[in-house]
Amino acid sequence: MYDLIVIGGGPAGLAAACSAWDKGLRSILIVERDQELGGILNQCIHSGFGLQYFKEELTGPEYAARFVDLLSQTGVEVRLDTMVLDITPQREVHMVGKTTGYRVEQARAIVLAMGCRERTRGAISIPGTRPAGVFTAGAAQRYVNVEGYLPGKRVVILGSGDIGLIMARRMTLEGAKVLACVEVMPYSGGLNRNIVQCLQDFDIPLYLSHTVTDIRGKDRVEQVVVSQVGPDRKPIPGTEMIFDCDTLLLSVGLLPENELTQQAGIALDPRTRGAVVYENMETSMPGVFACGNVCHVHDLVDYVTAESQRAGAAAAAYLMEDAKHESRVIEIQNGPGVTYTVPQHIRPQRVDKSCGLFFRVNRICKDSEILVTSGDVPIARFKREHLAPGEMEHITLPRALLDKAGPTLTVSIREVN
Amino acid sequence: MKELICITCPQGCHLKVDDENGYTVTGNRCPRGEAYGRAELIHPTRMVTSTVKCTGGSRPRCPVKTSGPVPKDMVFAVVAALDAVELTAPVRIGQVVLANVCGTGVDIVATKDI
Repeated sequence: MYDLIVIGGGPAGLAAACSAWDKGLRSILIVERDQELGGILNQCIHSGFGLQYFKEELTGPEYAARFVDLLSQTGVEVRLDTMVLDITPQREVHMVGKTTGYRVEQARAIVLAMGCRERTRGAISIPGTRPAGVFTAGAAQRYVNVEGYLPGKRVVILGSGDIGLIMARRMTLEGAKVLACVEVMPYSGGLNRNIVQCLQDFDIPLYLSHTVTDIRGKDRVEQVVVSQVGPDRKPIPGTEMIFDCDTLLLSVGLLPENELTQQAGIALDPRTRGAVVYENMETSMPGVFACGNVCHVHDLVDYVTAESQRAGAAAAAYLMEDAKHESRVIEIQNGPGVTYTVPQHIRPQRVDKSCGLFFRVNRICKDSEILVTSGDVPIARFKREHLAPGEMEHITLPRALLDKAGPTLTVSIREVN
Repeated sequence: MKELICITCPQGCHLKVDDENGYTVTGNRCPRGEAYGRAELIHPTRMVTSTVKCTGGSRPRCPVKTSGPVPKDMVFAVVAALDAVELTAPVRIGQVVLANVCGTGVDIVATKDI
């Protein structure tokens, strides 16, 4: 019997386990399916991590190493090369490992920190033949940075998410020619700094409102066809451009990996594709918490760390506090301009001083106001000069405000002028 | 007046740099943005990250980075210089694997224990 089992040893799982240890839990197990801790950070060799949390610029492996070091100073147990197969409502965790075989471990609390995975060609139904040379950007990143292979020489990238942008630069530095980055939306899904330092620095054109409409080639990709799309995101006939290339990288979105969550019967939010969570990252199953990219896809690992520390601390509090504060529940809804919010539910009596609310907007907005309304009554406004779907936003709601709020709060965006 | 997006951190501030009046920077949310805005127009630099060959460890490549920014027009030369580097495990995080790369005064250091 463990006090806490953390599923996943990436940045979310590491931060949650360290935080639960700091709060006094002494029987903690991290289950990780890879051969080492650190998760996707191990292949993100570029820098830019940690500016918020450590106040210095680190690469992915360095950021992971900081937490692996912290963890090594605790008594947290780690089981590598082990895959969790099932979680039951009784909080039994079924797992299978290379050296340990099939085990069932009982947990008093669970943190879900399984991260996310990439959408593939099948998920976006690109027409054409099925040759070699079509990779997700993250798979290509693993080939280049971990295995030491260059997966192609002439590359087109579909999708302008951060991994795609980072790989445009990475492939260029390793001697490949990146012909274009193609984005179906009228704006990039990646961070602005990555448009600048990964595309503009290397004169790689970014085609907004374009998509790949055909993949050609028998054994290997030979050409991809790119077409402009209209406001309905449908290709416009006659706008086709043909690129001679051997590789197509896909950076077309990330999906939280929630098969275990779903199997366990935990409520999922169709907007985030992650578990519905309360203010302390607790899911609909008491004692089970979710954090990091399995809950909603983040842009910055620093935010994953902060959220996961809250989840780890909340798991400790769940086990150590005898009396649970009874509380009513406020439902958070997204109004115009907002795609989703995390948390989806807030129990005001369980909020200490204030509660952070994270969300994404559905379009680029200049000079805007984030409006929080209770029923029809505006109760808080926050000004922003710039909002973009690729950049997660967050506001802080004080406890006093939550106490006054009705049963629902709506977050919406209003452009000033 | 030049408009730039700050690449110093993921916030990506929208900077305005007055290149006719002493490179005054506005739109930055921190001092790093001011420094970036000025440097980007006068003397642009970049951090470089890549991998080098590594034998005897659990994996064939060791991730590395420049210990500081290098001139932007030296980026390809720096990456090319890494082709000749071959490490043998164990490698410690922070270990210098190539000193004073391309005469920039900047070192290449390992970013992972191998």
